[in-house]
Amino acid sequence: MAKLNVNGRVVDVNVEPDTPLLWVIREQIGLTGTKYGCGVAQCGACSIYIDGEITRSCAMPVSSIKESQKIVTIEGANDRVVQAVQKAWLEHDVPQCGYCQSGQVLAAAALIRAKKNPTDEDIDREMTNICRCGTYNRIRIAIKQAASAVQAG
Amino acid sequence: MNAIDVSRRKFLVGAGAAAGGLTLGMSIPFDEAVAQTGATPEVNAWVVIRPDDTVVVRIARQEMGQGTITGLAQLVAEELEADWAKVTYEYPTPGQSVARKRVWGDYATSGSRGVRNSEKYMREGGAAARMMLMQAAADQWKVPVAELTVARGVITHKASNRTTTYGKVSDAAGKLVPPANPALKDPKNWTIAGKPLKRLAQDGKVNGKQIYAMDYVAPNMLNAAIKDCPIWGGKLKSFDASAAEKMPGVKKVLRIDGNAVVVVADTFWRAKTALDAVKIEYDAGESAKLNSKSIEAMLDEGLTAKEAFVGNQGGDVQKAIAGAAKVVEATYRFPYQNHAPMEPMNATALWTPERCDVWTSTQNGEAALATTSQAAGLPLDKCDVHRLDLGGGFGRRATSQDYVRQAVLIAKEMPGTPVKLIWTREEDQLRGCYHPITKCKMTGALDKDGNLVGLHMRLSGQSILATIRPEGLQNGRDPAAFQGLNNGGTEGAIGYTIPNILVDHAMRNTAIRPGFWRGVNNNQNAVYLECFMDELAHAAGVDPLEFRRRMMKDHPKHLAVLNAVAERGGWSKPAPKGVFRGLAQHMGYGSYVAAMAEVSINESGTLKIHRIVAATNCGHAVNPAQIERQIEGSFAYGLGAALMQEITFDGGKAVETNFDTYPMVRMADMPAVESIIAPTNDFWGGVGEPTIFVAAPAVLNAIFAATGKRVRNLPIADQDLRKA
Ligand code: FES
Ligand code: FES
Repeated sequence: MAKLNVNGRVVDVNVEPDTPLLWVIREQIGLTGTKYGCGVAQCGACSIYIDGEITRSCAMPVSSIKESQKIVTIEGANDRVVQAVQKAWLEHDVPQCGYCQSGQVLAAAALIRAKKNPTDEDIDREMTNICRCGTYNRIRIAIKQAASAVQAG
Repeated sequence: MNAIDVSRRKFLVGAGAAAGGLTLGMSIPFDEAVAQTGATPEVNAWVVIRPDDTVVVRIARQEMGQGTITGLAQLVAEELEADWAKVTYEYPTPGQSVARKRVWGDYATSGSRGVRNSEKYMREGGAAARMMLMQAAADQWKVPVAELTVARGVITHKASNRTTTYGKVSDAAGKLVPPANPALKDPKNWTIAGKPLKRLAQDGKVNGKQIYAMDYVAPNMLNAAIKDCPIWGGKLKSFDASAAEKMPGVKKVLRIDGNAVVVVADTFWRAKTALDAVKIEYDAGESAKLNSKSIEAMLDEGLTAKEAFVGNQGGDVQKAIAGAAKVVEATYRFPYQNHAPMEPMNATALWTPERCDVWTSTQNGEAALATTSQAAGLPLDKCDVHRLDLGGGFGRRATSQDYVRQAVLIAKEMPGTPVKLIWTREEDQLRGCYHPITKCKMTGALDKDGNLVGLHMRLSGQSILATIRPEGLQNGRDPAAFQGLNNGGTEGAIGYTIPNILVDHAMRNTAIRPGFWRGVNNNQNAVYLECFMDELAHAAGVDPLEFRRRMMKDHPKHLAVLNAVAERGGWSKPAPKGVFRGLAQHMGYGSYVAAMAEVSINESGTLKIHRIVAATNCGHAVNPAQIERQIEGSFAYGLGAALMQEITFDGGKAVETNFDTYPMVRMADMPAVESIIAPTNDFWGGVGEPTIFVAAPAVLNAIFAATGKRVRNLPIADQDLRKA
């Protein structure tokens, strides 16, 4: 039994303590925007925010999360920065299959929060999520646009 | 309308053939027509118009990120004269298609055929619907149809100043007899097709709402995890599930299809955890000795073997080599690759003695339906496959519907309960349909003026068709092995005139399952031919562009894309300091492609790919914006393979089981891509795959320019790139 604060709601989940947070979110809480890609913290498809920090949920046992920690998934992420990223993503028609994009959107928003005007080097360093469809170049353009949109307020 | 042979009581399922035109796979019998699908009456099979004027285009080809639904909807909307803002789409199920005598044609989405092999009947469907809608308005107004005009779904009778919309006349239109052979627009007059429109249905991909097969949930659903025998050619000997059976949430431990162990539990995670606790023993049999080394030795033998299947032959190559002023030889190797789409394989099945339904992501709905029927032991009309979005395909979900079969076999053991089977990433790596391994011995004969007068290309390696679609072999020969090396043809013609040529293939198969992997055999064939062309040019002391051009006079389309990248890339001008260039061209899936890569390599041998200029002539460019994205995506996919990926085998089992050992291209690895879309508008070529062919050879040739070293063995990461 664990209590989790997900997207502003406190939920009780009944799982083994070593269950990865990813599967708790998908199977117990029923939020499927957070994806399974590798299960070993390599791909970033399972990215979420924990207290605002971008985190790969597949390699994080639910027992390591305290009730006081705020978990935000793609379904609950709707601050200005995330919205600017989503808007830029649609304007540049970024997604192909889209399976990785929940994670990409959250990672991009985290980058823009940390660096107001991310350089190419920042983007190379921080955007490490895998996109098998190869949307990287569009992601790069969209990040820059979203960052300036956030700046412009 | 398209002439569909309704008299035949059987049809063939095109289950993802390598070269278009190969229709292979299962034979499905069907019964006579059943009624229409859907609530709103249709105008015809392709077009439904709702009372609010929404235009629904029916699409059978799969969308897996490549933009096919958008392109096909554009083509139908174009002929229909629809308002693009009101266009949406739906997928008829393969079961519905079977019930209607296969009215939606082929469901297979592979071989870059999504648009090029359905454009005609879909455009005709749109044109026929437009004619029927206009006729319905004419009948209503009692005026000749010739007096009407239409634009953006609004029909006008100017003389009487009346207008109506498609939504208002669609009911009446649906009752009319469809016109035979509707005329199609000249692409020059396109206003919707040919335009860089945004993709349909993107919103759900940025807010997490899009439902992939992996996300499907049915009431009372159970979840399953599976371990199929990871040893190719091996067998499951025994398993001990006593511990697993007692674990939380576990409902059942099963053995299916002889070799696979399955745990069914309330959640996937519990199923997977319990499966990990099952002690499984395998019998490797002969495959104990199957490893990368033994495969290599087998291929090496093939390189010089007497017997080989001939793919392209002209003149007398042996004589040309014997009489050459200079003979150049080189041996190349292209390793096994896995598709690794982001969404691992999965399917949900519900079986009862009367019926079986499957919810899954597949590149071939009809093959999935045939698989379901077979595994369920139920006739086709008692089965259906419900399509959910694909988290990537790249050929994996076209090559084999093994995951569908497994899900149905599991569901059969749990009658009345839907079961979702999810593969782990590890299962996906171990049970791949791998891009096969090949090697190639190249021998080139140059005359005293540095012209290529003879070329022998001996391919040695695994055939995809031999394992996956043996009915596609021609007297044992795999025609797809020669993709891009054929003497003419629309699928993969070599772009050079070489007076004496021999391309032959020593087929050397293993127990490892091969598959159609984005680009298929063009990938290695382009590396072999285009890197060797670069070697020959250097041996002849001729600029690699000029060397090629001399042999391309009779191949104007190949030449045009090559010239286009050379010009845009600035081939004839010096590169920036420290930057080096390489070229490649190739033709496949109907399209002509070329690339120029720019790379630099630092003191410690680290490669940076700065820029790739790519050109494609895909005949008609239905949506240039999506084509650009396919070009970029194909480079990410192709460069991943060239730079860093290889599946090796030990004891018949894949060694690389996740992204830590099978690395992927990421943002930092991705070059800038400049796309040149140069359609000549006189044919229909593919888009999803072709540019991948030239990614690796252009980079490899640039590496030589930078280092003086030939990388003939992939992946590049295994090679020392410090200056020679
Ligand atoms: S699923 Fe978590 S990083 Fe891949
Ligand atoms: S869009 Fe398909 S994996 Fe990224």
